[in-house]
Amino acid sequence: MIVEKIRGGNENGDSFPVGMRVLAVDDDPICLKLLETLLRKCQYHGMFFSLIGIQDSSDFNWDAQCTSFPLFHEFLVLDFVDPIVQPSKLLVLGAFERFWFSFTFPFRFIDCLVQARMALKMLRENKDRFDLVISDVHMPDMDGFKLLELVGLEMDLPVIMLSANGDPKLVMKGVTHGACDYLVKPVRIEELRNIWQHVIRRTKCDSKNQNKSADQVKANPAIVEGQGSPVAGNADQNGKINRKRKDEEDESEDGNESEDPSTQKKPRVVWSIELHRKFVGAVNQLGIEKAVPKKILDLMNVEGLTRENVASHLQALIFPSLKYRLYLKRISSVATQQANMAAALGVKDSPFMRIGPFEGLGDFRTLAGPGRLTNAALSHYSTGGMLGRLNTPANVNLRNLTPSPFIQPSHAQNPNNSITTLGKIHPSLQPANQNPSLFQGIPSSLELDQLQQNNCATGIANFNGVDDSRLLGNQSNVLNGTPSNTMVLNGKYQQTLNSGGFGNQSFNVGVDGSPNLLNPSAIESSRMQPNSLLSNEPFQLPMNSARDNNFSSVPYLQNNPIDISSSTMALPLEDSREMQYQEGLVGDVSQTPSQRWGEQGMNYCHGSKIAYGSLNSHLPANEIMNEKMGVVVNGILGGGGSNLMQQKENEILGTQLRGRAEDNFLLEQQPKLQGGFVPRSFDSLDDMMNAMIKREHDETLPNCDFGFDGYSFGAGI
Amino acid sequence: MQRQLANMKQSLFDQGYLDEQFIQLEELQDDTNPNFVEEVVTLYYRDSVRLIQNIEHALDKNPLDFAKLDSHMHQFKGSSSSIGARKVKIECTQFREYCRAGNGEGCKRTFQQVKKEYATLKKKLEAYFQFARQAGPVEKACRPK
Repeated sequence: MIVEKIRGGNENGDSFPVGMRVLAVDDDPICLKLLETLLRKCQYHGMFFSLIGIQDSSDFNWDAQCTSFPLFHEFLVLDFVDPIVQPSKLLVLGAFERFWFSFTFPFRFIDCLVQARMALKMLRENKDRFDLVISDVHMPDMDGFKLLELVGLEMDLPVIMLSANGDPKLVMKGVTHGACDYLVKPVRIEELRNIWQHVIRRTKCDSKNQNKSADQVKANPAIVEGQGSPVAGNADQNGKINRKRKDEEDESEDGNESEDPSTQKKPRVVWSIELHRKFVGAVNQLGIEKAVPKKILDLMNVEGLTRENVASHLQALIFPSLKYRLYLKRISSVATQQANMAAALGVKDSPFMRIGPFEGLGDFRTLAGPGRLTNAALSHYSTGGMLGRLNTPANVNLRNLTPSPFIQPSHAQNPNNSITTLGKIHPSLQPANQNPSLFQGIPSSLELDQLQQNNCATGIANFNGVDDSRLLGNQSNVLNGTPSNTMVLNGKYQQTLNSGGFGNQSFNVGVDGSPNLLNPSAIESSRMQPNSLLSNEPFQLPMNSARDNNFSSVPYLQNNPIDISSSTMALPLEDSREMQYQEGLVGDVSQTPSQRWGEQGMNYCHGSKIAYGSLNSHLPANEIMNEKMGVVVNGILGGGGSNLMQQKENEILGTQLRGRAEDNFLLEQQPKLQGGFVPRSFDSLDDMMNAMIKREHDETLPNCDFGFDGYSFGAGI
Repeated sequence: MQRQLANMKQSLFDQGYLDEQFIQLEELQDDTNPNFVEEVVTLYYRDSVRLIQNIEHALDKNPLDFAKLDSHMHQFKGSSSSIGARKVKIECTQFREYCRAGNGEGCKRTFQQVKKEYATLKKKLEAYFQFARQAGPVEKACRPK
């Protein structure tokens, strides 16, 4: 590998994105050439990169390692050099028979890497070498997704996926693996012009979680929420949808994200009772502490089920407990936050925003009033409540709770009104919420996504974060309408959930709703973050009790501000839930790191961010619970918020949420989660991804200040 | 001459040989990169030889490995779409359909089409670039009406 940097004078002393270092990996030389030119072109917009022209591979002194690789794999490194920021390098990895181009000024040098493996090696050697990686999906020597994962995990670099195939499934896969964006070939310059945002997002996220996250969180929740529900269902879809919208507006952003909006919907894993039972069984067998997605997956032994599915399900389930605790702590604060978040998110998914007055799920039963709230719903509600707790918006998450009558969480506080106790399902939420039938405890509730365009993440948590709305009630319609979340009050889950016997129980509550989510046991084991959450007793969601469709959890909720009992909220959101929870948490979390949640909160925050991301893309199950939680939190928040929004009533909540969001970590977390959650709508999957990625990296959201204290989850729902 | 060149290009678009992506390439061409489009196209024709060979070898095998065929074609299609080779891309898509359906005969037939379009486009573009060189440097390409 030849690495020669010629640092000539740096023409650009500008700040970022000048000098952004990009590593591009692709086996298609034409594409690389195009990419290189496009990137070079972008320098005129501030990106300065240099590369050495290489005429022929013989020009290189391949080291021993290189020569061992087939020479048709080569990479070029384009270096963006900026004296101030840092030299940027665009490493282009590709398969070439020979180097096809030579550049002189303004290019400085080209690093040629032989293969994706080499690229990885190079990255590993110096983690500080690049700012961004663009990687092809389809490569001979290494799967692009694998590279993506490795890079994301090891180096915490934003990775953009590139492929000729714009299939939503792949995009989703990219998202779940942590990509911050997914471009479809042929790449347009507009798309590349903005890739630097991913880097900024990350750095900002890291550096200033607080500030940014707040904004982002806000944005995210809103987005997540609104979209969440639908997103939950199809993170991918939502992401896409949102993206699509966004694309319309600013095409440079994820223009590529989804090429075919029409195929936004992705099939979600539907956590049937059967499946959920298996899941719960596996979790129980492993023990909460040890129940990791991989093991669960193995134990479950279900064909076609991926680790991601399991992880998200797990997350969804765990989230409720987290939410619950958070909820307890920050009922009011969260509510506000949620509102804000919801508002922020509102863009796409109203449900989330609607969180508004979700009152604790406590009265989950009453929720049934609105009609959808069936017992199952109620149970969901509890979950939802839990969610709601997370952030006021989270309440919304309780989406599972029948939106209609939002049970005002016992937690009165909510000035925010927003997500107050889970138990409460805000009636207002209902309308908009798609919870079409959430509580029926069916995964279909996940379908509630209605909120989001596609968010109907299949009942199961596909909640991708956004599901907040779903969470809230989507599931059982109970919640806000945002069916998206798996909050799913699925009655069925309840059963399963209860069986889970989560240590935290609280989780179960939520889980009730969503079959997937609420696996109490899952929660326990969840790696999902915050173990602390799980361990929080308070969190014990009544869910367990609520096992039956009656949401026994609901009653629980009622008692507790958190009322997660509504747990029926059962995080149907599975994935989304997780996301949502996270998000929800985020909202809350952000505020008080000290909260129990604190940690979780952080995660949540991240989660939210991630949720955002997940909204767009399904949060990878792999993510740490924290992340998920974070996302979930957001999701919840968002979801809640969105639900609320949908409900329309939650305007206040929305605002509250927003406010909260700002205060809350959630908002802050947002940035954490990912560099740039775009408020309101995830502009791009990137945001989500970033959030997600961020989340992964940020175990604890420092900023998470879960304002759950006064937060009434229920309301959120 | 410029006019002729423009007409040539326009007809390529009209006949569907090229699409929007080609325009993108042209837009990237500028003073610092005056022959970008030609370079990319040249690179494409050079690199795609390898891909085409791969596909041909795979088609000769028995039984056919559709996954591999699809994978090769995916790559080829990606390259083709990068330069805006519309007809080639269409045929590639068709090929992949047959791959997915497990239709070996369909694949082989379509591949012949792919090669045909590929060769046709190559000739046309060669003529176009030659003409362009003769016509002298022109202003940046503008979108065809």
